[in-house]
Amino acid sequence: MGYLDGFKITFGKLFEERVTTEYPKEKREKPDRFHGRHVLNRYEDGMEKCIGCELCAGVCPAKCIYVRGADNPEEAPVSPGERYGFVYEINYLRCIHCDLCVEACPTEAITESKLFEFSFDNRSDAIYTKDELVVDDQGLPQKQPWELWHVGDDLKTSGWMRATASSGNPAYENRVGWSGELGYGVREPERGQQFDESEPQNLDGKDDQD
Amino acid sequence: MADIYDLKQKLGLGDAGLAGLGHNIFTAPIEELVKWARRRSVMPATFGLACCAIEMMATGTAHYDMARYGMETFRASPRQADLMIVAGRVSQKMAPVLRQIYDQMMEPKWVISMGVCASSGGMFNNYAIVQGVDQIVPVDIYAPGCPPGPETLLHAILALHEKIRTGELTERRKSTGKGAGFELSHEHAPDAQPEPVIIRTGRR
Repeated sequence: MGYLDGFKITFGKLFEERVTTEYPKEKREKPDRFHGRHVLNRYEDGMEKCIGCELCAGVCPAKCIYVRGADNPEEAPVSPGERYGFVYEINYLRCIHCDLCVEACPTEAITESKLFEFSFDNRSDAIYTKDELVVDDQGLPQKQPWELWHVGDDLKTSGWMRATASSGNPAYENRVGWSGELGYGVREPERGQQFDESEPQNLDGKDDQD
Repeated sequence: MADIYDLKQKLGLGDAGLAGLGHNIFTAPIEELVKWARRRSVMPATFGLACCAIEMMATGTAHYDMARYGMETFRASPRQADLMIVAGRVSQKMAPVLRQIYDQMMEPKWVISMGVCASSGGMFNNYAIVQGVDQIVPVDIYAPGCPPGPETLLHAILALHEKIRTGELTERRKSTGKGAGFELSHEHAPDAQPEPVIIRTGRR
């Protein structure tokens, strides 16, 4: 057939399944521990989890977080602790989504959602303030008009947090459990979160193969 | 000659040629047509500088398929390109090259600053990296992320389409007074002309 072989291949591809994701209408499924836009969580009674300790700002390698704490007003406290995050700003033109802020947070106040589709036409729009980052009354991330949210992007916003910084037992390293999340409750752990007698406990933190 | 000048004055064209034509009922359909044609065939120039370029290539592959928006090929020549996607960190040495590439592109031209390094320097807050490519070229859309996924880049491209659709046809920079999100103020020196920027690329 000579040069017609190429056309044969092209013609055969016409009847194969298309691999293209029709992007604005549909998205590819994101992994459970995907790092997207941050959210600031709240407790079930509506109190904010952020206590304004500035650990996230200190650990940030890109220096994209600006936090200022303030003393809680006695009549109407914002957070259960002594202090709360008075100013909380994240510059998304600096943030590299490394999740070190999520690991550093002692109260699980900041976690990352699965939203990654947003863009800006000037630099000042990229600085998210606390009003835009904090979750709404249902515990769901606020959906800004310039972001493209699809169903499921606001699920599992606390995944990576629990994967690396399980509060309590360090032997549970690498085993994912989900923290209690406003709006979704406490989910089932991924595997091995419950104490199992038959499983070696691996308390020295080394890999099982060693 | 005087008649042509009078005709131009009557039509409101002034000395600016067709660019001086105002918006009216006759130009509106043509404007829509031109804007449609512009946003459906935005040809990007290759300007991949770092890891963002890998995601930019992925945007062109079959899974994301930038060709759906009429921008299937990255033009290797800036004279054939409308859009420069600055993908990656721009070092101080690369900055004059980037500006030269931008100057060689034909109008109308747009710039997407892809990734945090191109947009603001990102985590490289040091002497070697330009802290935001908008110090060199006027940027239309910033895509955040390190690197932005293909979906984020497609979101930026769609935002650019929207900007072309709603924006001015001619003299785009003058109409908004800004190219990169910052406004130029000449209130202290109202008659002063800005100095021409000379970018040297060789020893002479």
